[in-house]
Amino acid sequence: MTDLLNALVIIANFIIVPGLAYGSQLALGALGVTLVFGVLRFSNIAHGETMAAGAMFTMLFTWLLQSMGIGFGPLPTALLALPFGIGAAMVLCLATDRAVYGYYRRVRASPAIYIIVSVGVMFVYNGLIRFVVGPQDRVITDGQRFIMKARAFKQATGLNEGLAIKTTQAVSVGCAVLAVGLLFWFLNRTRTGKSMRAYSDNEDLALLSGINPERVVLITWLITAALATLAGTLYGLDKSFRPFVYMQLLLPIFAAAIVGGFGSPLGAIAGGFVIAFSELTVTFAYKRVLAYLLPDSMAPSTLVQLLSTDYKIAVSFAILVIVLLIKPTGLFGQRTA
Amino acid sequence: MSFLVGENMTCGYGGADILHACTLGVDPGEIAVVVGPNGAGKSTAMKAMFGMLHLREGRVMLDGVDISALAPQERVIHGMGFVPQNNNVFTGMTVEENLEMGAFIRRDDIAATMEQVFGLFPILREKRKQPAGELSGGQRQQVAVGRALMTQPKILMLDEPTAGVSPIVMDELFDRIIEVARTGIAILMVEQNAKQALNIADKGFVLVQGRNAYKDTGAALMANAEVRRAFLGG
Ligand SMILES: Nc1ncnc2c1ncn2[C@@H]1O[C@H](COP(=O)(O)OP(=O)(O)O)[C@@H](O)[C@H]1O
Ligand SMILES: [Mg+2]
Repeated sequence: MTDLLNALVIIANFIIVPGLAYGSQLALGALGVTLVFGVLRFSNIAHGETMAAGAMFTMLFTWLLQSMGIGFGPLPTALLALPFGIGAAMVLCLATDRAVYGYYRRVRASPAIYIIVSVGVMFVYNGLIRFVVGPQDRVITDGQRFIMKARAFKQATGLNEGLAIKTTQAVSVGCAVLAVGLLFWFLNRTRTGKSMRAYSDNEDLALLSGINPERVVLITWLITAALATLAGTLYGLDKSFRPFVYMQLLLPIFAAAIVGGFGSPLGAIAGGFVIAFSELTVTFAYKRVLAYLLPDSMAPSTLVQLLSTDYKIAVSFAILVIVLLIKPTGLFGQRTA
Repeated sequence: MSFLVGENMTCGYGGADILHACTLGVDPGEIAVVVGPNGAGKSTAMKAMFGMLHLREGRVMLDGVDISALAPQERVIHGMGFVPQNNNVFTGMTVEENLEMGAFIRRDDIAATMEQVFGLFPILREKRKQPAGELSGGQRQQVAVGRALMTQPKILMLDEPTAGVSPIVMDELFDRIIEVARTGIAILMVEQNAKQALNIADKGFVLVQGRNAYKDTGAALMANAEVRRAFLGG
């Protein structure tokens, strides 16, 4: 019995808790991608860099707050800086839209052109970030590190294995739940939110109903900037802030959005968790879990790891290919990606 | 001159002209029907009158005012409603939300108008929480017409409102359209089912290759031997 519990604790500690946190971060990222796709009708390759830029702005404001001696008790100061970071990211997105995307909307450019344009935007953001804060790795997490320490868990339960929950993991899940709740309330209950769904559903009919497309576009960028900054900051808090990891996050984020069904917010969330848990379960070494569950004679001598963590990016890619082959509309989508 | 009139409309989709000096018009409380073979330019004419295409020549007049330069949204504000031939509902949104979106330009209370639409199409009240994309063809058309009525338009333009519905549902829809016209709304409608449509029409236009071929009262067109032979199947 304790063997079973110990095995479960290992799984909770190394898969479930990190998976929930990482899944929340991916879901928030995928929501931004899916919103831009649904409303503006293009795959925004620059979304990873938008996350990086939002996280950078938040980091700058965090430093400012820290230098003024303002903290957030046990929680990371970055949470206090978040609204300012979001504001700055909104300005960046709107400026980009005015300077770049607005033109392609007027000439009714094809989706392929938009993708190339967003690649260009990605490089510009990328350069901007390196220019401002440089490429190095930074830890911006402060406050209390753990809400549950492995040792405390062991002492409390008497088990061999510990379960640790980092503050940043709990904050990731909490913020994601809050943000998603707000987003769904906005999309389903408010007039403006409904007009966004209407525009995404049927652009021509939305125009015939008197919905102003420029306003819908504006609101979409504001929400996208907020989601990207939140996702980027949470990821940066949980791991560390390193500008170029956000470009690597692009694949799992797009995979999440596509698995869920491009353009479907619910799908983006589901997709985020599917990708996060797949990555973790496939790259996890089950040796210790099996050692608890199997009789000693059968205990594995190898790591029992399906795939080395170095290849975790391949998991997103494989899932992406499988979904596109079997159900191109994704789990919840109507449109093919 | 009619209340709404597209005069000598000449336009196309960027290439060759599709419409050639085509003229259509309708008055309040009246049903005007546009018929003609496939590809004649009926839908194009509707789009032109709603400002979705640029007129190369001609103009659109509403109540004596030239509205040719107005965007479709502005025409909605001026009392025009349009039910396009295809994709005329928000499939991912509920029936109720479709109606709400129809009334998007209104800032006053829309509950009474929604009641009127439900009164006209009782099935929509039953299905109001259901996504429009899950409804049958006939019910979808009712949503589409209902959505356009939500702005309380003075003119309702319908492009093949009975496309793909059964004959019984078609008769139903025609009855509802007559009811709408009785409230004083001008109805300009394109129809595939030319005979049935001309039967309820005050005025009929026959378009052929983007040109007005015939224009008369519905009854006169039904009685016209040439029109019967060429367009109404004898
Ligand atoms: N979006 C479009 N772009 C280019 N040509 C079009 C478009 N829509 C219709 N056409 C052409 O315009 C002509 C008239 O079409 P339409 O107005 O839809 O006819 P109808 O409604 O009478 O069947 C056809 O030759 C059709 O191919
Ligand atoms: Mg047509």
